[in-house]
Amino acid sequence: MSLPVAPKPALRRFHQASWDEPIIFELSTPGERGVLVTSIEPGVREAVGDVVAALPAGLRRDTPPALPEMGQMRVLKHYLRLSQENLGADFNVDIGQGTCTMKYAPKVNEQLIRTPGLTAMHPLQNPDDAQGVLEIVWNTERMLAEISGMDEVSLHTQGGSAAIWSNVAMIRAYHEANGEGEQRREVITTIFSHPSNAAAAKAAGYDVVTVHPDADGYPHLEALKRALSPRTAAIMVTNPEDTGIYNPAIKQWVDAAHAVGALASYDQANANGILGITRARDAGFDVCHFNLHKTFGTPHGSGGPGAGANGVSAALAPFLPGPRVAREGDRFVVREAGERSIGAVAPFFGVIPNIVRAYSWMMALGAEGLRTVAEIAVLNNNYLLQRVLEIPGASAPYATGRRRIEQVRYSWQQLFEQTGVTSEEIGVRAADFGMHYWTSHHPYVVPQPFTLEPTESYSMAELDEYVAVLAEVAREAREQPEIVRTAPHNQTVHHTHHDDLDEPERWAITWRAYQRKYFAEAAA
Amino acid sequence: MLALLVNPVAGIGGPAGLAGSDGAAVQQRANERGASSRATERALAALAEVAAAHPGARVLTVVGTMGADVARAAGLEPVVIARHGEPSDAADTTAAARALADGGASLLLFVGGDGTARDVAAGLGAGGRTAVLGVPAGVKMYSPVFAVSPRAAGGVAAAWLTDGGLPVREQEVLDIDEEALRHARVEPRLFGTLPVPFRPGRTQARKAATPADEQAAVRAAARGAASALRPGVRYLLGPGGTMTELARLLGVPKTPLGVDVVLDGRRVLAGASEHELLDEIARGPAAAVITVIGGQGFLLGRGNQQLSARVLRALGADALIVVAPEQKLIDLGGRPLLVDTGDPEVDAGLAGFIRVITGTSTTSIYPVDAPEHEGEGHAP
Repeated sequence: MSLPVAPKPALRRFHQASWDEPIIFELSTPGERGVLVTSIEPGVREAVGDVVAALPAGLRRDTPPALPEMGQMRVLKHYLRLSQENLGADFNVDIGQGTCTMKYAPKVNEQLIRTPGLTAMHPLQNPDDAQGVLEIVWNTERMLAEISGMDEVSLHTQGGSAAIWSNVAMIRAYHEANGEGEQRREVITTIFSHPSNAAAAKAAGYDVVTVHPDADGYPHLEALKRALSPRTAAIMVTNPEDTGIYNPAIKQWVDAAHAVGALASYDQANANGILGITRARDAGFDVCHFNLHKTFGTPHGSGGPGAGANGVSAALAPFLPGPRVAREGDRFVVREAGERSIGAVAPFFGVIPNIVRAYSWMMALGAEGLRTVAEIAVLNNNYLLQRVLEIPGASAPYATGRRRIEQVRYSWQQLFEQTGVTSEEIGVRAADFGMHYWTSHHPYVVPQPFTLEPTESYSMAELDEYVAVLAEVAREAREQPEIVRTAPHNQTVHHTHHDDLDEPERWAITWRAYQRKYFAEAAA
Repeated sequence: MLALLVNPVAGIGGPAGLAGSDGAAVQQRANERGASSRATERALAALAEVAAAHPGARVLTVVGTMGADVARAAGLEPVVIARHGEPSDAADTTAAARALADGGASLLLFVGGDGTARDVAAGLGAGGRTAVLGVPAGVKMYSPVFAVSPRAAGGVAAAWLTDGGLPVREQEVLDIDEEALRHARVEPRLFGTLPVPFRPGRTQARKAATPADEQAAVRAAARGAASALRPGVRYLLGPGGTMTELARLLGVPKTPLGVDVVLDGRRVLAGASEHELLDEIARGPAAAVITVIGGQGFLLGRGNQQLSARVLRALGADALIVVAPEQKLIDLGGRPLLVDTGDPEVDAGLAGFIRVITGTSTTSIYPVDAPEHEGEGHAP
């Protein structure tokens, strides 16, 4: 008896859509409109007067904006086609963006934030009319305080690096308030901490001291002790580090920093492996931050807005960024940043849609559920680690033979030495199977790196499928390396060269810049 | 059977600041500057390890200063099967290497630098069965055919005899054309490969030439160093591309393979010898500015022997400024930086951790080992 449909092969026969779609400005037809606005009724016109004339001359346009002119259906088709040319988070086994915690963002939360009560809300709304949403912000702060063990939390920032910047700005304000601002000029980090820590510290005017790992792949405690001095303002570290290795001496790190009067700042952008298991404050940290769009189930920057959360000990609470939501008796109010606060690093008091999503996500799971998230994320990761290490040519440098927390920075170095095929080429070829991965932050400390983080969202079958793709590409690298080197073959675009990105004269990230740089006469 | 080949003039140009020892003319100039070869003393240090494990072992070797003398002094039994002219030269090394291989050597221990390695490779040819290991005694040791120290080389040779062989891998023989490059870029050339026995951490990694796209990182590191320099201090700028870039930022010329002295934005001494450096240090506050030597991770004792133990003692504590792009530290793969001044006390004083300037307002804390004290692994 024949089967009704042919059995599927072990590897998915994927092909990305390719619409060869023009840029939307090229689709413009003069006079075409999406919405035909009715003319203003005479009575209204008389009552309102000439609105444009009331604007200051400097704010008035001389010519209408050069927007594309298109009907609704053509706009819809254009963006649907572009969306099909994307390898989106909800399409692929999106575990290749290690350190980004690409977990499932539940769609029910999208419905919540689209309720009219929220979409019609304005940040300058009278708080009396916004008690519900302000209560959600306040409750979310309290839950994050509980998760981190910190005394106070601010949800003011709009992304992870903005939150890290706020961490270092608070550290700087704290030392200045104590009269030690001039003395404490150094921030210590580790080479496997997220580079935004070093970057934010440098942007805040600090000298950055980097500690390399010890023989076991742990941050080198003796090196830290050598680096610490009365000049140290803070240690700013990620834990587990980008390798997925948890620093077992983290308490000693914090104690050593405190011993010289420095503060300890914990990058918990990715807290997915430690939710409900460890708390920043319990290890003695003074400052920490979360990314709601990583650990707390809300979409990421490219797929939606980000949101940061800063947690601090009571001693640093006066420096938190704001405005913030506060509770006064039974009411919730919006309080401007206080005198000692580092002030606003973004408008208003938080990215409300993401705060609501994160609140809903946490409430749906409850405290026990949050811990289960971490446990499954760690289990998934160590299963994946085992499977990836079965692929000839793949390895996981540092802490060999030990388990990792929520992610692993792997290496194709052995495969590279055997075949000359690089990790970047393997990642691009994986896209031909509907998967992708990202290599590593720069500089590449792990040679030929790739960083996988399966989160709690993916099933064993999906992890197996992902591993099968990696194994197949590794086999190709050995037996048919040209296929890998010239990839992608089943994608919207084929092999590209990135040299243009290094030439400011050639890059164009707006239509106007494109016109100016490539068609100077047309734009004139 | 173990074989021994010593280049008796290896390294003679180093402390004299001559950027190598190739050629009779350079060797004579070095003699005039009061230099002496470290070859004998280094060969003894290596052979002492062999003799400790295998007292009285027979060693195939060359007559006199090219092997037999030092083998006998170390308590081994030389079996002389090769001779040399007087004074010995490169052709003698090549001929002796061939003779020792033909005589049945399974491991050839040679004492010298990159030039010696080239001559040995020329003598053995490609595809030979004789394994080769270098005892570092030259000025430049870019080739990864050298053990990290004489004692480490001796340890490998002793293990070779104990185990009846060790795993080997083909390693490049690199050298730089000293005459052409006393004034130009440091760019090692490949002269062949040799099968080198290995035990992790006991042989030097290949010296990596800095690729062009890393030049920005070199510039950043040099800028970081420039902002750390103070008026009134004599800075002894070591060899290497990073130091050349630092000199460019300071607006002074730089001897690529030499140590130059810079004071208040002026170069006061170029291509200085050990003695000249000691004189400069005596004149006022001074500090040495050095970089990491490629993939080997050497800070001192390779290519900058002018910055000798005596010079470092004269400089005093905290007078060593290390500058390197972060990538150079990363490329060490977790291995420590190395110092090998020949003075165990000075080396021990430098071991531990050192602050490396990696860019403007950025530094890294990195471990430093003296090879003689190197324990099991900083490797990941």
